[in-house]
Amino acid sequence: MPIHYYVILSATLFCIGIIGVLTRRNAIIVFMCIELMLNAVNLLLVAFSKMHHGSLLQGANSGIDGQIFVFFIMVVAAAEVSVGLAIIVMMYRNVHSVDINFLNRLKN
Amino acid sequence: MSITEIVFWFLSGLALVSAIMVLLSKNPVHSVLWLIAVFFAISGHYILLNAQFLAIVNLIVYAGAIMVLFLFVIMLMNQGSEPEPRSKSMWIKMAGAISGGSLLLVMVAVIRQSANLVVRNEANDIVPKEAVARVGDIGLIEKLGNVLFTEYVVPFEISSVLFLSAMVGAVVIGKKE
Repeated sequence: MPIHYYVILSATLFCIGIIGVLTRRNAIIVFMCIELMLNAVNLLLVAFSKMHHGSLLQGANSGIDGQIFVFFIMVVAAAEVSVGLAIIVMMYRNVHSVDINFLNRLKN
Repeated sequence: MSITEIVFWFLSGLALVSAIMVLLSKNPVHSVLWLIAVFFAISGHYILLNAQFLAIVNLIVYAGAIMVLFLFVIMLMNQGSEPEPRSKSMWIKMAGAISGGSLLLVMVAVIRQSANLVVRNEANDIVPKEAVARVGDIGLIEKLGNVLFTEYVVPFEISSVLFLSAMVGAVVIGKKE
């Protein structure tokens, strides 16, 4: 498949995630949209890895770094989710809501 | 239209529709289920690109572990019963959609101009580079494991420390004081 298709698909998924972060007020759904953006980047990295592997042909392992990066992004995302959900649970315990508009008390 | 293109368009459509439904669902549980559909579609793309290890890890880690964690938290808070409170948010929604669409426009405009994504073929015409599907063995677990445990062994060990600190942090934040 031409690489442009993958780039446009990933950019669209990323922008859907950004729209979700900007418009939704439920903290859990904002968090899920961040996961969506991470996955869009992962898809793009894998597509570029295959593009690199197919276009250069210098050694059998060319382009494998992109897939290793995707693996590390997944690791960091898993750690991030555990801490972020703990923060959301603590916020719910304090203000009995997950509406992010309650977080603006930090500014005054 | 070859079988690869049919599968590509089907998975892309599934991913985009599910991603939009994540935004539009009123119930957070439905959002989680649509997000799992997105992850399945992206795993299908990985299999199409012959990155089988990442496809399986994506399913196990994202759809299997992270999304279950989300479901646990949503059900712990009993969020599925009452809908999100809505007030004066029409302008916020429009502003968010316009800014996200502008970002998409800028990204597409940039990659249309990019010289790194095109190559000249034998007839000296400019064609886009190909992400080769269904061939190549760099996505297999043998090659990936070999590189991961030789070249990238230090980041691998550091990520284990990251996991440990994340675990301790989650417990410390989550416990009642």
